Parts: sequence; C-alpha cells; structure tokens
Amino acid sequence: MAGDKAHIADKETLDKISADILRPVRQNRSFILWMGFLGLALVACLFAYTLQLRKGLIVTGLRDFVSWGMYISNFVFFVATSLIGMLISAVLGLIGYSWIKPIARIAEIIAVAFAAVAGLVIISDMGRPDRFPYLFMYGRIHSPILWDVTVVTTYLVLSLLLYFLPLIPDLEISKSRLKNAPGWLTKVYEILSFKWRHTKEQYRILLRSMRILLILIIPTAFAIHTVTSWLFAVTHRSGWDSTIFGPYFLTGAFVSGTAAVIIAMYFFRNNFRLKDYLTDLHFDKMSRLLVLVSIVYFYFNINEFLVPGYKLEKFDLIHIEALFSGHHALLFWSTQLLGLVIPMILLLFRKMRKPLPATIISVFVIAGAWLKRYIIVVPTQEHPFLPIQFVPGEWFVYKPTLIETAITIASILLVLIIITLLSKTFPVISIWEVAEDRAREKDEKLNGQPE
Amino acid sequence: MEEGKKKVSHGKGGNGPGNNPRRDFLKKFGLIGAAAATGGAAIYSGYHYEHSKGKHETVKVLTDDNRLVEIPADQVKDITSSLKALQTRGRDGIKSRRWVMVIDLSKCRNARQCIKACQAAHHLRPYEYHINTLVMQETESTPAYFMPKPCQHCDNPPCVSVCPVDATFKRQDGIVLIDNERCIGCRFCIAACPYSARIFHWEKPRDAEENKDKVYDVELNVPQKKGTITKCLFSADRLREGELPYCVSACPNGVFYFGDENEDTVTNGTTKKSVSLSSLLEDNGGYRLMPELGTEPRVYYLPPKNRLFDFPEDHKADEHNDYIL
Repeated sequence: MAGDKAHIADKETLDKISADILRPVRQNRSFILWMGFLGLALVACLFAYTLQLRKGLIVTGLRDFVSWGMYISNFVFFVATSLIGMLISAVLGLIGYSWIKPIARIAEIIAVAFAAVAGLVIISDMGRPDRFPYLFMYGRIHSPILWDVTVVTTYLVLSLLLYFLPLIPDLEISKSRLKNAPGWLTKVYEILSFKWRHTKEQYRILLRSMRILLILIIPTAFAIHTVTSWLFAVTHRSGWDSTIFGPYFLTGAFVSGTAAVIIAMYFFRNNFRLKDYLTDLHFDKMSRLLVLVSIVYFYFNINEFLVPGYKLEKFDLIHIEALFSGHHALLFWSTQLLGLVIPMILLLFRKMRKPLPATIISVFVIAGAWLKRYIIVVPTQEHPFLPIQFVPGEWFVYKPTLIETAITIASILLVLIIITLLSKTFPVISIWEVAEDRAREKDEKLNGQPE
Repeated sequence: MEEGKKKVSHGKGGNGPGNNPRRDFLKKFGLIGAAAATGGAAIYSGYHYEHSKGKHETVKVLTDDNRLVEIPADQVKDITSSLKALQTRGRDGIKSRRWVMVIDLSKCRNARQCIKACQAAHHLRPYEYHINTLVMQETESTPAYFMPKPCQHCDNPPCVSVCPVDATFKRQDGIVLIDNERCIGCRFCIAACPYSARIFHWEKPRDAEENKDKVYDVELNVPQKKGTITKCLFSADRLREGELPYCVSACPNGVFYFGDENEDTVTNGTTKKSVSLSSLLEDNGGYRLMPELGTEPRVYYLPPKNRLFDFPEDHKADEHNDYIL
C-alpha cells in the first residue's frame, strides 16, 4: 500500500477525484427513504425478537436434538464474510497489488459491518441473553466460545482501525471540500481528522501504522474463523469431527467475502456513479480472485466428503447419505453446484467477469455460502450416536420458524444499515490513495521509468 | 433500589459511617445511635447468657466435614439453606465418594418407572428426559433390547470442557452437575455430549408458577429455569441423604445397581442387596457406552443376555422409535 516515494497529485487531479468521490457523500432524499425502509423493516423483525425473549427459544424450530440452527449458521456466515477485509487489504495489499486501492475501503466496511453484527447475532441464539456478561465475569478459558469472543472482538477492533486510519486524510479533505454538509457533520470530520495537514511526516507515520495493523490482522483473521470452526470440530459428532475444519471454513470464508465485495462494488459503481474508479478491471480482478478461492474451497470440499465417504463408517454413512441423497440432498447439491462449481466455471470466461454478470454470479455464490453454513450446522445434529426416541414427532427434523427467520433477517438489515451509514457519511473510496496512485502513473509517464 | 435501602438503614440504625459531608450532625447522631445499639445488645446478650447458664442441655451435631460435635441446645438455630450455601455444597460434592451406576440390560423390560420417578422428582414434562429407555439394536441381524440411558457422568466430560461459564462442572464424587443460575443457554454442551444426555428448557418449565419462590437447589435442579440446560444429576440430593437415586429405587425389575466405587460396592435398587462392583462387572461382562471416545463414563452396562422375557414386537412399529440407525 505504501509507496516508498511520495507522489503528490497536482491540484487539478485532486480536485477531480475528490469531487467524484465526495459527490455521493450526502444525506439526500433517497438515502433517507432507504434508511427509513431499513429501519422500519428492522423494527418489524426486532418485534419477533421480543416474542422470543418473552416466550423463550420455543418460538424457534430448535429442539433438544437439533439445538443449533439458523442463528448459528448465520453467525458462522457473518464471521466468514468479514474475513474479506483481511484478504484484500492485508494479503493483497502487502504483496503490493495497487489495483486494490479503490476497493480496500469497501472491503474494510464489509469487514467491520459483518464482524460487528456477528458479535450481536450470537446473542440471538442464547437461552439467557441477560447473562451475556457472565462470559466476562465467569469466563472459562477451556471453552472455544471464550476464544471466539476474544478473537472476534480483536478482529473487529483491528478492522475498525484499518478502516479508520486511512480515512483520516480523507476526513480532512471532506471537511474542507464538503461545503454543503450539515454543521454537525463538518464538526465530526474536524474532530476525527485530528488536525491532519497532509505533511510528509504525517503520511510516513500513517503508512507505518497501517503496515503494522495489516500484519497483525492476518493471524487474527485466520484465528477467528479457525476458532469458529472449532465450535464444531471439537465435538465427537460425525460431520463435525474433522481435522480440516479450520482451513475448510477459512477458504469458504474467502469465497463468500469476495462475492460480497463484488456485489458492493457493483452497487457503489452504479448508485454512487463511481465508474471511473470501480472499473471493469476491478471486476475482472475480483472475479479472478473468486475463481481462485473457489478452487481452493472446492479442493477442501473434496477432502471433507471423499475421505469419510470412502470408509463409510456407520455414522459418517448416515451423514453423507442425508446430504447426498436424503433429506438435505436438494439443498446440498444446489449449494455445491449453483453456489460453487458453476460460478467457478462461468467466471473462467472473460465475458462473465464484466460487472453485471460477475455481480449476478456473486449473488448466487453468497446465497450458496449462507446455505452451506446451514448444511454444515444442521444435518449433523439430526443423527446423534444414540437414537432419538419417545419424543414428539416434530423434534426429529429441524424446521426454522417464521420468527427465527425474521430475527435472522434483522441481522442482515443491521449489516446493510451499517454499510449505508458508513458509505453515505464518509467517502467510500480512499481519495488520497487514488490521487497518489494517479500521480505516480503520471510521474512514471513523465520520467519514463516504471517502478 | 440498593441506594434507597442504604439510606434507610443509615437513618434507622445509624451504625454506618455518615459519609454525607453536608449532614455532619447526622454523623454524630449516628454515632450516638450506634453506641446505644451496641450497649443494648451487650446488656441483652449478658442477660441471655445468665438466663441460659443454669441449663446444661447439649445436642450432638454432625458438621459439614463429618465431625460429631456437641453444642448447647439453645444455640441451635434452624436455618433455611441459602442459594449460595446450596451452590457451594453442590459444587463440592460428597467427600470420599465415587458414585457409580450399573445397569443390567438383561432385566430391563421398559417398565419406564425410572423415567416417571425421575420426572416427578425434577418437575419435568413426559417428554423431557433425564433418563430415557431407548430401544436399541446394534445391527439388523442382532436382537433388539431396552437400554435405560441416564447421563453417563463421564470422568472426562466433553460438556464440562466446552462450557464457557463454568455452569456445568465435575464434582469430587464423580457427578457432573449444572448450576442453572449460571447457565447462559448457549447449548454448546448439548452439541458436545455424544450420549444426548442433556436437554434444554425451550419454554417455561413445568410447575414454573408453583416453584416461583423456592430456593434453587443445584443438587435437585429445581426450580427448573427457562433458557437453561438440565440433565440427570445421579439424584445428588438423595445421595446426600444417604438414599439411592429416584430411578434406582423406582425400578420394579432390578435393573439398577448404584454405589460407591471406592467401597467397591453397589446396591440393587429393587432387591436392596449389595454386591461387589468388580465381581458384578467381571461375572457379567460389564461394559461402558462408546469407550472409544475416551469420555470415561461412570455408568456401566451388563449385556442383554439370557433375557427372561420376549422383546415385544409392537415397540418396533412405534413411529417414534427409529431405532435402526
């Protein structure tokens, strides 16, 4: 991310870039309408949560045998999708790819929104949400839940910092250039920009701290999803009892996160009119990245099913039958084919990596990613080691209820609200980094020496 | 609330430091009050002492740590156990015991009396099981049999390992218990238990209204609480009284033996006959469930050989018995 030499953009370039990127940063009518819609929908869905608080988890489809369902799938999905912030900014950034500069902040917004809501949705699954503080009062370090709480919080803080630090110069730019912004917002820009003056020394410190954060966030991101996978892998149950669950979850996370960034890019490109910054090149690169991570994930899928499928131990057989040809077959094959294999093949073609087709494919991928979490969480519990007997018939198979669906939708609405607020209050593309990039291109053209 | 209470007690007793700088006189007033109260108490206790000196009645009392002591009879006070005392006692367990259960499968004919006694004691609904009798069949070619299945009280309990708040714990006497005043309802223990021994209160528990004012006893897990876990407790409350567990004494068919591994003795709940644990296991080929998982259960099974009855065919047809897994 950091160039060794500072390239200062001339005023003309900076004016053009700031004007373009700051144009959508305003609270117009469509923003208010959209937020109003999200807010109302959220209130409606939160009403479902009050029902659950009053009556207990009986309002869900969960029972003693399938006791983790939609909520836990949702939690895993949220943690998974948030990892993309690390992949884009840290891994690709530290390698030195400069095409990620206009989309790094979008990836960080997604990381922040999904990680923050992941911490919240886990509460929706608790039988006694009022005892949430007990985790900190009586926390027992032997439990992977404690590890998860620790690393998710750490990841959220690091992602927030990685979102915020590169935003500081842009906040100064917003303060001085957004003349029509309401007074309180200008004040916010002023406070948060910490008297930024765009000096070389300030940039040097900024780039240094970003680099430290980028290095720190890599192990943290690996940890959050590995630990999340251990919530399942530390049990004895067939379908969960797997040594590759950590990397299996991690690679799956990159698939859903990459798809989320492509969808967000498409939205910002069109609604925020940022076609000059989120170009076909970015969709092409991101689609290639999606192919790469899908292939890796596909490889782990083969490992996860072929090895137990070859041996066919008693309970592995029941599990694999339920997925391949039984109760969950339709869901299993549609997630694997429509959500992974077919997108992976389609994106091999250049035409499919154009913005619109890539976005449509990404929608399938991300829907498949959610359902895949469901497939990982639910079926395993339907066939415990000892038979399920002498209990009400509807306990055998898990059927999510309307109420838990509404609560799940509430969490997705919350993510959208966070993304909307961040992207309409602060520039969604890093102005100074793009400007620096353009200046470098210009310098190189003038000097004729590529870096 | 707390604030209000404090203020009231200041005004009345005046035995706390008057930490309100604006009301200095109150402080003095409080000091006088405290002096008066102390003096009064001293006079009263002196009177009490003199009054009781003449009578030398004593009683023998067994203390917490099993010592027999003698104390003046008039010092004996009935106390209702506080939640805290019950929790501490419940976490400690009963010293120098290692409880163990043996279930003789050749005798079980699914009378379900164990289940009924258990559900009555722990205020559970008919489909909420601390102990359940399962219809088992290992393979198509081997015969079916009935298997009572309580919590296995593992010595290496996966449920205890995964609990994030120490709500479920292993006691020194081998019992795995749950403190439902601590449980946050995450259900990780349900996921971790390979024996499906744990259940969750998805809704308001049975008898929630009647039990509203009862002090929670961690060794009985009553009152049960919505949003928390419950499971078999080896009837820890009965063991403290020196009785056999509810299920063990309720069985009409002599299926259950219960006792102390340290003493190598188990007692049959029906015949009340005591036998040597090691010889019972040795003579009958005792085994434990899923030993390959390394959970080290404290429940042993005797194989269903030489059964004295026919296996009723109609159990196979029951739609809730999908027993051929």
